[in-house]
Amino acid sequence: MNRRPSWLAAVGWNLALVVACAVTLYPVLWVIKMALTPSQAFDLSPSPIPNTFSLSNFHDLVMATDMAGRWLFGHWLFNSVVVAGATTLLSLALATTAAYAFSRFVFPGRRIGMTLFLVTQMFPGVVMAIPLYLLLDAMNLLDSMVGLTLVYSTTAIPFCVWMMKGYFDTIPKDLEEAAVMDGAGRWTMFFRIILPLARPAIVVTALFSFMTAWNEFILAATFLSDETAFTLPVALQRYVGDYSTEWGHFAAGAIIVSTPVMALFFALQRHLIGGLTAGGVKG
Amino acid sequence: MRRWMLMALVFAALLAVPPGVRGDAPAPATLRLWHSYRGAERDAVERVVAEFARIHPEWPVELLAVPYEAFANKLTSAIPRGNGPDVFIAAHERLGDWVESGLIAGLPEGDPWSGFFPATVEAVTWKGRQFGYPLAFKSLALFVRDDVLGGPVPGDTDSLQAACRRMAAGRPGNFCIAWEAGSFYHHAPWVFGFGGGILDKDGKPRLDRPENAASVAFVTGLTKDGHMPQEPTSALITQLFNEGRVAMAVNGPWFLGELAPGVKYSVHPLPRVSSTGLPATPFLTVDAAMVSSKSTVPEAAGALARFLAVEGAAPRLVDARQVVALASAWDLTDVAVDPIVVQFREAAAAAIPMPNVPVMRAVWEPASQALRAALRGAAEPEAAMESAMQRIEIATRPRPAAANPLFALAGLAILGIAALVWAARRFRRDDTWSRMRASSHAYAFLAPAAVATGVLVFVPFAVGTGVAFFSHHQGEFTYVGLANFINILGSTDYAVTEPLSFWFTLGVTVMWTVVNVFMHVSIGVALALVLRRPWMKLRGVYRVLLIVPWAVPSYITALIWKGMFHKQFGAVNGLLVWLGLEPVSWFSHFWTSFAANVATNTWLGFPFMMVVTLGALQSIPGELEEAAEMDGATAVQRFFSITLPLLKPALLPAIVLGGVWTFNMFNIIFLVSGGEPGGSTEILISEAYRWAFSRQEQYGYAAAYATLIFLFLLAWSLAAGRLQRRTA
Repeated sequence: MNRRPSWLAAVGWNLALVVACAVTLYPVLWVIKMALTPSQAFDLSPSPIPNTFSLSNFHDLVMATDMAGRWLFGHWLFNSVVVAGATTLLSLALATTAAYAFSRFVFPGRRIGMTLFLVTQMFPGVVMAIPLYLLLDAMNLLDSMVGLTLVYSTTAIPFCVWMMKGYFDTIPKDLEEAAVMDGAGRWTMFFRIILPLARPAIVVTALFSFMTAWNEFILAATFLSDETAFTLPVALQRYVGDYSTEWGHFAAGAIIVSTPVMALFFALQRHLIGGLTAGGVKG
Repeated sequence: MRRWMLMALVFAALLAVPPGVRGDAPAPATLRLWHSYRGAERDAVERVVAEFARIHPEWPVELLAVPYEAFANKLTSAIPRGNGPDVFIAAHERLGDWVESGLIAGLPEGDPWSGFFPATVEAVTWKGRQFGYPLAFKSLALFVRDDVLGGPVPGDTDSLQAACRRMAAGRPGNFCIAWEAGSFYHHAPWVFGFGGGILDKDGKPRLDRPENAASVAFVTGLTKDGHMPQEPTSALITQLFNEGRVAMAVNGPWFLGELAPGVKYSVHPLPRVSSTGLPATPFLTVDAAMVSSKSTVPEAAGALARFLAVEGAAPRLVDARQVVALASAWDLTDVAVDPIVVQFREAAAAAIPMPNVPVMRAVWEPASQALRAALRGAAEPEAAMESAMQRIEIATRPRPAAANPLFALAGLAILGIAALVWAARRFRRDDTWSRMRASSHAYAFLAPAAVATGVLVFVPFAVGTGVAFFSHHQGEFTYVGLANFINILGSTDYAVTEPLSFWFTLGVTVMWTVVNVFMHVSIGVALALVLRRPWMKLRGVYRVLLIVPWAVPSYITALIWKGMFHKQFGAVNGLLVWLGLEPVSWFSHFWTSFAANVATNTWLGFPFMMVVTLGALQSIPGELEEAAEMDGATAVQRFFSITLPLLKPALLPAIVLGGVWTFNMFNIIFLVSGGEPGGSTEILISEAYRWAFSRQEQYGYAAAYATLIFLFLLAWSLAAGRLQRRTA
């Protein structure tokens, strides 16, 4: 297994991977091409190599202002960062504690609780939007980042709880038993021992909740009624029209939206691989 | 510890400062105007509004550009709750629906309507009363590249076909004319040109007429003779026209924004149909300013809507090149109106307003499906129109009779009492209560997450599920008991083996899930196994590149994949032809269409499984495999007897979750195959969506679909969980 394969086999495997990467990147290169082409038409030519290089689509998006001259892109970016950041923090705070309870304590309702969290993943989104609107309206949280953050967090929490619970299960209990000897309370144990050891799972959970909030637009577009309160995907979605879509603008926006996510992926990929799996092993 | 406290503090601060972060709540007198305009149209409307605000400083206006896809949903949820706009700009086609649901207010009688083109006034009229000020209108027209056509613009279908035959000589890959033939909106002009129609005298859909079949035969003839490209999508038409590979295109004013700079074109009315002598008559769509019935300042709202239509007409005409509905705006002599806009107005002279009756919205989907079936030769025009009629009749079937909710309430009450009794007995019998009290710390850890998901996930879902027992009609819900479920499960509308029946769709959905998960897992595991070889020097680079599909929004990549499966111009068929194979018409047959969906979703989904496997492989000691290799086990034996069993605990939960996500993967089905051919590749979630949004807003029926999806998934995951425990 560890010995070097023949020169031919190495070339063969690399070739296969290059083909796999080419298939993977082909559609993505097309998005980049459309973003760099000033035309708003959808490009159908087979070549994904841009034949023009223009940043006008990015310029239009980034420099958008409203009637009062406010810099809209700045607002959108700020809102997206705040909502996605707050969602990440809130989901982490709620999911780690809940997962800890599921992992370390035996209590009535534990099994049902775990099942209920899994069950939420099966709710079809089609039926949720209007009841959520009514609920947020009743709580006076429409048109606010708080409302949006709460909705996104609760969407992300169930998956996070499952992931974290699985990871916590792999952390040996001896450490905590030793800490109890030293007179540590449950919260101290949770903060001092469990959380530092669960870093890979925390990274995955954080990334997952961040993406949930960062990419969503249907709920955001339904709940928000002030242009300066929009998040980036909502603003991006406006280039999709009734009869036609401004593909150049839309592709540029898609790149702006997905770049931070990709950067996070690449920065965190080592943790990602460890965290996702250990969570799964005993999930 | 300190870091966590800091995080908690930041979070608390976020929750505590809503007023500063929130958009400032509008003062009571502020007028809210919603629209979905972009570019020059948006700029012009903003200028008109600024002018209105200057004249009426007592009525400040707040504009909101709402994304088109959320517009209708947002209106119907916001207006009844008093959160909606005072005025909104929308196409008139849903006017009847909105009036009947009480969303928009009638305009004062006796307003001078004579200033507007009569057809635009007709468009905003419902049962004899006006419900909006017409702003501008759009209709299809003939775009001609005179340099490519090289002859006079055809005025009737005979000269059109003659021109096409002349051009066809010796120019493969080029076409005479193109329009989105698979969309009924684009086909409608020919229906009228051949003397057919869509609604009968009573306003009921009637597509099965010989004239309609003749119009379909005309278009299939053009395609068969090679005058028109196959599967003409809007992107394809734009590209062909820009490259000079099609001489004529039938499209609307929005086409202008997609034309490449430097393309010379002119705009003309659609040709006459020679056999009937009637002009091909497109639908007229009117953008209208409508006043919300819940506006707190109706007087100001009415004034703003009127201002947009009347005083705003000139700037919209001149600056935004809108084909404005106010006739007198065109008489301005001192301002030069773009000749193209004048050509559009002339092309619209024969157009008839799109019917604003709600039933019209049930026609589009089946009629377009029938068109596409005829175009690809799967059905004769007559038969296609008949099957469209059948589907329209199902979508507009009478609502189930109202049921008496007393039985359900009584049943619920009995269930509730039974649950209480059961709980009480359980508490008394064993020590649950004392164990619960002893576990208070566990509940303290659990409570925040449980309360949050309970309120924001379970309550909305319960409400959404509750809707499944109701029937929705124009904003009113009627309790119908189990009628929706009986209809769906009993397959009342379609035979069990027919596409669009619940059972057929369920079968497709299960197959879709199984095939996808299998592809995700096998490709993910294979790549992970290759990537973990120590001699693989570039594995970091490969890993990074292969993870990309996970990070890009699926909406846009799905559309690119759809383009790649185009019959004449897609990259996939290009590759097949290059390999010396026959091109495939991907969306014409169930299996190829299904395969196109699967290919797209496989591309999107394998990185997740690859990452899961890579992680799991880290914890498998290499020695095991080396030992097996020493013993002479082949690579295949090693994989199946050592690696795979060790991967199983990590893969099973990922498969359960991945299965649930794939089961409800709405985007891919909707954007790639769109259910083609004939709705056979729909899955349950996309069917639920269509019942809710393109078949008469049957929210109750859609909710029943969603409930069944949920029950199915629940049963499946319970079974999978049992399986997992047994194997673990």
